[in-house]
Amino acid sequence: MAFTRRDFMRGGVAAFTLGFSAPAFLTDIARAQGRARRNLVVLYLSGGNDGLSTLIPYTDAQYYARRPNLAIPAATVLQIGTDSAGTPLGLNPRLTDLRTIYNAGRLALIQRTGYNNSSRSHFQGTDIWSSADPSTPQNIGWLGRYLDRLPSPVDPLTAWSTVRETPRTLLSRTVGVPSIASIPEYAFASPNGGTDAQFARSAATRIASHVPIDRPHLAFVNSTAQAAFVTLDRVAQVANYAPTVAYPNNGLAQALLMVAGAIARGVGTSIFWVQTGGYDTHAGQNTNVANGTYNTLMTTLNGGLFAFYRDLLNQGLLNDTLVLQFSEFGRRINENGSTGTDHGAASLMMAIGGGVRGGIYGTAPNLRIASDNPTLENNSQDVRFETDFRAVYARVLDNWLGADSAAILGGNFRNGPVFI
Amino acid sequence: MSRREQEIDHLYRRAGFGASQEEIDEYTKLSVASYASSVARLLGYEQFPDDVDSKVGTPGYVGVTARSGSGFQPATNILDGRQRWLFRMVHSQRPLQEKMALFWHNHFATAYNKVLNELGDSTIATRMFTAKVDDDGSRTRGQLELFRDYALGNFRDLLIEVAKDPAMLVWLDGRTNVRSRPQENFARELMELFTMGVGEFEETDVYAGARVFTGWNLSLANRGTAQARYDFAYNAGQHETTAKEFTFPIYRDGSRVIPARSTADGMQDGIDLINAVARHPATGPRLARKLYAYFVNEVDAPDESMINGLARLYYATNFEIAPMVQAILVSSQFRDPATYYKRYSWPVEFVVRNIKEVGWRGFSVNSALTPLVNMGQQLFEPPDVNGWELGRGWFSSGGMLARMNFAALLATNQRFNLRDQVRGQVDSAESLLSYMLDRMTPPAFAGDAYNALLDYTRAGGTWTGSDAQLTTKSSGLAHLIAGSGDYQLV
Repeated sequence: MAFTRRDFMRGGVAAFTLGFSAPAFLTDIARAQGRARRNLVVLYLSGGNDGLSTLIPYTDAQYYARRPNLAIPAATVLQIGTDSAGTPLGLNPRLTDLRTIYNAGRLALIQRTGYNNSSRSHFQGTDIWSSADPSTPQNIGWLGRYLDRLPSPVDPLTAWSTVRETPRTLLSRTVGVPSIASIPEYAFASPNGGTDAQFARSAATRIASHVPIDRPHLAFVNSTAQAAFVTLDRVAQVANYAPTVAYPNNGLAQALLMVAGAIARGVGTSIFWVQTGGYDTHAGQNTNVANGTYNTLMTTLNGGLFAFYRDLLNQGLLNDTLVLQFSEFGRRINENGSTGTDHGAASLMMAIGGGVRGGIYGTAPNLRIASDNPTLENNSQDVRFETDFRAVYARVLDNWLGADSAAILGGNFRNGPVFI
Repeated sequence: MSRREQEIDHLYRRAGFGASQEEIDEYTKLSVASYASSVARLLGYEQFPDDVDSKVGTPGYVGVTARSGSGFQPATNILDGRQRWLFRMVHSQRPLQEKMALFWHNHFATAYNKVLNELGDSTIATRMFTAKVDDDGSRTRGQLELFRDYALGNFRDLLIEVAKDPAMLVWLDGRTNVRSRPQENFARELMELFTMGVGEFEETDVYAGARVFTGWNLSLANRGTAQARYDFAYNAGQHETTAKEFTFPIYRDGSRVIPARSTADGMQDGIDLINAVARHPATGPRLARKLYAYFVNEVDAPDESMINGLARLYYATNFEIAPMVQAILVSSQFRDPATYYKRYSWPVEFVVRNIKEVGWRGFSVNSALTPLVNMGQQLFEPPDVNGWELGRGWFSSGGMLARMNFAALLATNQRFNLRDQVRGQVDSAESLLSYMLDRMTPPAFAGDAYNALLDYTRAGGTWTGSDAQLTTKSSGLAHLIAGSGDYQLV
C-alpha cells in the first residue's frame, strides 16, 4: 500500500520529545551556535522546473525540432560558455542578474541531477528529493536527519520554514521546526491588556509545557506551541530589519528578505526553507511570450535571488550563506499540445553563495531520439540523470555544514561535483 | 448545568463542526434524543430545508462583510464565497453535508488561483467554485455545489462529475488534452490521488489514460455577457480513437484494453476508465482509510478489520458513500470513548467550532479569512492537488500561534456577550472556569494545565463578580481554552 506522510508521522514520530528549558537558556545556545554557523537556504521550485528552459542547449538542433513553440531562440539566450563536454549553454533570457552572479563566480549550475527510476509524481518526487531516500520516500527529511544529529539541546529556531507548513526536508524526529511565513503574525495576542495579558501568556506557556507521554498527539501539538513561545521574541527582532537593497514585491523575494533579516540579526537560525510555485507548466508555458508563464517565473527567480545576493554581499554575509535550489523533476523534452510540457525526469540544480565555486557542472543531454542515447530515458522522451542529487546533498552536508553525509544519507555519495 | 452528553458532543464534532448551546438545547428537546436518532438526523439531512443561505445578513446569525460598494457577492467574489461557506458551516441544519463537502474539497483538491490565472476572469472563476445554480443568471453550478450534491452519493458518479467539472478541467489542464498531444495531468491524478493511489499503476497507464480523456473539454455559453459560463463539452474531433491498454483490468471480464472507438463514441473511453478505477481493489480501502481518519481516529493505527469491512461495503453497494459513513458513525470504534479527541482539527473545523462554542453575535466570518490563511487552510486554495497536509501537518509554531490568535480575536469580539451570559451563572473563579470548560467541550485538562487556567482566573485580584472582572476573565478563558493544544484535538 501507499503510505502518506500522515501514516508515517503517526507511527514514526511517536518518540517526538522536546525538552525545552527556559527561553533565556536557549537564547544563550542560539547566541553561541548562531553567528559562527554557516547558513543554508534551500530553495524549492515547486511543480517540476523545466531545466531545459532555464539552462538552454541552444546549439542542439533537436531542442528546436522537439519544441517548435517553446524553444528559446539561440540569439536571445544569455550565453555563458560550454560544459565539460563542449556543449554551449545559455541562461534563460530573463536571468540577466543570475548571469552577473555567474560572472562573479558565485553561481554553480549542476546539470542533469536526479536519480534512477525518476518518479513522475509531484508528491512522490518531492518526497524523494526531500527525504533523499528513493526507497522510502516517506522517511523524514535529509536536513531533518542533520538536525537530529546536532548536539542536544537543539535551539528550536535552528531551522526556519518560510512557508506555512514544515516541509518534509526539515521534518525531524527530535527537532520541531517553526514555520514563520510572516513576522508580524508571529506574535501572541490577548483579549485583555496590561497585567492580564501577562497572566494569559504565562498560563498559555504553562499549558503548552504539558507533554504527556501517554498522549503523544497532544504532546506534539503542545510542543509546537512551546516552540512558538520560546522563539517569539527573537523572531520579533527581524520585523524592523532594514535591507541594503530593495526587494521585489512578490512572495519569493519577500521570503528571501525575511531570511536575510534573520541572518543579519543573528537570531540563531542556520537552515532556511524557501519555496516558490508555478513550475508545473503543463499548459501555456509560453517561454517566448512577453508575459508568458515561464518568463514570469524566471523574472521572479532572478529578481529575488539577486536582491538577496546583493543584500548579503553588502553586509559581508555572503561568505556565510549558501543557497541550494532544486525541483522535484524536470519536464518532458517534447512540448505538448497546450504549449506546455509534461512531467519528466532529471533537471537542473543551482547553488549560489560566497563559498560556491561557480561554473557549469555535469554535461547537457543530447536531445536526439535514439535507443542508444544514454543521456535520455523513457524512449528518449525525458532527460536521464547524470549526477545523483544525493551527491550534491553530500557535498553540502560534508563541506558546508560539517556533517557526516554518509551517516545522514545512508551511503557514500562523495563522488559528486565539487561546487563548494 | 452539564450541558450535554459527551457522546453527542463527540458525534457533532466529528460529523459536523461541533454544536452551539442553542443547537444542543434544540436537539435534546426532541422526544427521541438518542444517539441513534442523532445519527439518523445527521445522515438524513435531506429532510431539512437547504435554506440556510437565506439567513445570511439576518440578526441572530454570524455576520458576513460585503466588499465596499458591490454588496455581498458569494457567487462572483471568492472572498465572499469563502464567507458563505463558513457561514453555512456555522449554521447549516445539514452539518454532515458540509462536512462531506469539505472532505471532497480536500480529496479533489482544486485551487481557485490557477483557474483565475488561466481564465483571467475572477467572476467566471469564482462561479466555477462557489456559485449555486440560482445565484445569478449564469446558472452556474460551482464545484462546491457538486460536492454538496454528491456529499453522501455514489463515488463513481461523483468521479464522472468531477471529470466533467469545469474548474477541474482548467485546474488539471484537461481542456488542453488533445489528440495530437495528450495531456497527462488529469489521468495521472485520477489514478494516483482520486482513486487507486501511488504504486498501483505504471507510467504507461498514465499515458494511456491521457489518451482516454482527449476531447473532454469546455464550451463557453453566453460568451461576452455578464452571464458567461463554461460547460463541459465532449469535443469528438479531438478524441484519440485507437485502443488503449492498461496494466490493470478495465472490464469485468479482466480485459485490460479499451477498444478503438469512433470519435463519436469516444467519450465512452473515459466512462470505462472511471468505472475501472472506481472498481479497482485499491480504491475502496484507500477511501475507507481516508474516511476513517476523517471521522474516527488519526492518531492510532487504523483498525484493519474495520477498513476491510468499509471497503467491502463500498464494493457491495456499487460505490455508495452513505453506507460507509453510516457504518462509521454507528461503529463501536467510533463510539469508543478512547477515540474521542483523536483527530487533529483542520483549521476551518477549529474556527467554526470556536465560533459555535464561544458565540457569534457581532462577529463576521470575514475576520476569520486571514487567520485561516495563517493556520494553513484557505478555502478553495489547497496547496496542490494532493490537498492539505493533514494531521500533524497542520501544526507548526506559526500555525499554532495563528490558532491562538484567532481564539484571542474571537474572545475579544465576544467579551461583552460572554459577560452577559455568565452574569448570574457563576459565583467564583472555579465556577467561571467550570462554566467555560462546559461550554467549549475540550478534553479534560491535566492537573497542571487545569491549574494554569485556574491560576489565570484568580490572577489580578480577589473574586468580586464585577462586570469588569467577568468581562476580562470570561474572554481570557475563552482565549486560553480555545488556544490550548487540547482544544485543537476533536
